[in-house]
Amino acid sequence: MELVEAIILSVLAASTPLLIAATGELVTERSGVLNLGVEGMMIVGAACGFGGAWLTGSIFIGALFGIVAGTLMSLVFALMALGLAVNQVATGLALTILGVGLSGLIGARFVGERITPAAHLHIPGLTDIPLIGRILFGEDAFVYFSLALIIGVWWFLYRTRAGLILRACGDNHVSAHALGYPVLKIRMLAVMFGGACAGLAGAYLPLAYTPFFIPGMTAGRGWIALALVVFASWRPGRLVIGAYLFGAVTILQLHAQGWGVGIPSQFMSALPYLATVIVLVLLSRARTGGSTAPAALGTVFVPDR
Amino acid sequence: MRKTLLALAAGLLLAGSVSAASAADKLKVGFIYLGPVGDLGWTYQHELARQALVKELGDKIETTFLENVPEGPDAERSIEQLVRAGNKLIFTTSFGYMDPTLKVAKKYPNVHFEHATGYKRDKNMSTYSAKWYQGRYIQGLIAAKMSKSGVLGYIGSFPIPEVVSGINATILAAQTINPNIKVKIIWANTWFDPGKEADAAKALIDQGADVIMQHTDSPAAMQIASERGKFAFGQDSEMIKFGPKTQLTSILDTWAPYYIARVKAELDGSWKSEDSWGGLDSHMFAMAPYTNMPDDVKKIAEDAQAAITAGKLHPFKCPVIGQDGKEIECKGGANLADGQILGMNFYVKGIDDKLPGK
Repeated sequence: MELVEAIILSVLAASTPLLIAATGELVTERSGVLNLGVEGMMIVGAACGFGGAWLTGSIFIGALFGIVAGTLMSLVFALMALGLAVNQVATGLALTILGVGLSGLIGARFVGERITPAAHLHIPGLTDIPLIGRILFGEDAFVYFSLALIIGVWWFLYRTRAGLILRACGDNHVSAHALGYPVLKIRMLAVMFGGACAGLAGAYLPLAYTPFFIPGMTAGRGWIALALVVFASWRPGRLVIGAYLFGAVTILQLHAQGWGVGIPSQFMSALPYLATVIVLVLLSRARTGGSTAPAALGTVFVPDR
Repeated sequence: MRKTLLALAAGLLLAGSVSAASAADKLKVGFIYLGPVGDLGWTYQHELARQALVKELGDKIETTFLENVPEGPDAERSIEQLVRAGNKLIFTTSFGYMDPTLKVAKKYPNVHFEHATGYKRDKNMSTYSAKWYQGRYIQGLIAAKMSKSGVLGYIGSFPIPEVVSGINATILAAQTINPNIKVKIIWANTWFDPGKEADAAKALIDQGADVIMQHTDSPAAMQIASERGKFAFGQDSEMIKFGPKTQLTSILDTWAPYYIARVKAELDGSWKSEDSWGGLDSHMFAMAPYTNMPDDVKKIAEDAQAAITAGKLHPFKCPVIGQDGKEIECKGGANLADGQILGMNFYVKGIDDKLPGK
């Protein structure tokens, strides 16, 4: 039973950065902007987050550094893709390449340093409950925050007027503009939110997961976050399921190898991506239900003044 | 304005990828690196060797390196870039550069190439590698002594002969101490992903392993073992910073003597295409200090190191028994032949796991 607990704890830790980054990208894409630069924003968030924590000794300040760094990166994207109406796909890819290089530069002096990782919650009595105690009451702050964040995003998108307007921008920016909504401003805020989340998700890696910084340590998690948004068909509820599913498959395939289960590890590593492809096919075949991509996703909007 | 910005960005990119000192009439030596020089592992060790080379022969040579060069066909352009920049001796420091290096070597017969860990050579292309399995053997002895649970955890990158021979050498050594030793093997299917390496280490420890060994590049596994109060071995470089009470030893890649020797040969005109596969005796790698272990274990490790260096102990001394219980054909006299080790694609008896693809 202890093993089950240990596995669930590892799954939660592995899923959290995916969930945070994907939540941000979901909001960005719901506003009609496709930012493929998640990986780049994450890795810069990781470098700055670690730097902040290392310089000040505070994980909280480190996380803030990560958020600010991710937001600044997303502003570069907003300037190009929204301000200058450049192709979003190309800009997003460029942002990733920029981020990978920039993070190496920022992080160069922190390589080889160590910090104390984020503390885990400990409530005497509750945390000590066998099996579920550590899972429910013994996580680090990022895990709880990621869940609060996705619930907040769900509430914002489906229960507030501002959320409705944001979705309107993503589905039909011409109509939203005709109704007098500042489409570009709304999209910029959505892009910034996406950047902040990606920065925080990146910062999670050196602050809580493996408490050191190494260039390239995000190792493709930004791309998984992008796939997750598609997997979730742009819905917050499905995003949570998807993130934990991806995390669970990643961890379980490692355990399966340790147990000597005869399934090739390469196949199991590929499973989450296979699942994304299958979900995409199912979505496109389903006539009713299942919301598909925001109609204006990735299209450039230039308001006529 | 947009054009200016683009030009500026392009200029910055170019400036960032090449770093070189300028001087005339010096031998130009180029390096292609797989990762960033700050990876604290594989690439970092090559960079340390380059620095040692500059320190030793800096007045006669000029070095250039390109970092973060992906393996595969794309590497060809980077290698060619170094040729066009006038480099006469080029070190390509990862297995995946093998075919690109060979292609460029055929195109430029007057330039000499040195490819790490590969097996394809040409008139102007040498290969070099190290007998790391010797170090793995020493680690196996230490691991078996230090493990209380009798279960070792092994994180592999890819099931290639270099990694498989490392696992076999480890378990053969461990069996001489504890015949019933178990090893759990997890393939990360990556050389470098700190998060995944940490997850693999957690999984191994959760399944009862108490000594963690890795053949992946980041210090993540060391750090997890340290957090959980277990033991671990470093990889490529000194990782004791990440586990001051955890690291038992580490196999250190020490390329400097080889690089200096090859550049000296190039300078005096005696360079020729060779296959160098050196071990502890030729200082192709070294063992980090034996730490966090009792004196008797340290003695066993030191004795084994001395015996291997002197050529008295060979990790793959015949008979070697395969997983199916049959003896492996002994093609090298008293030991397995080098070719059998370089192409090793079987597990030895005592590993209850299946080699992927078998």
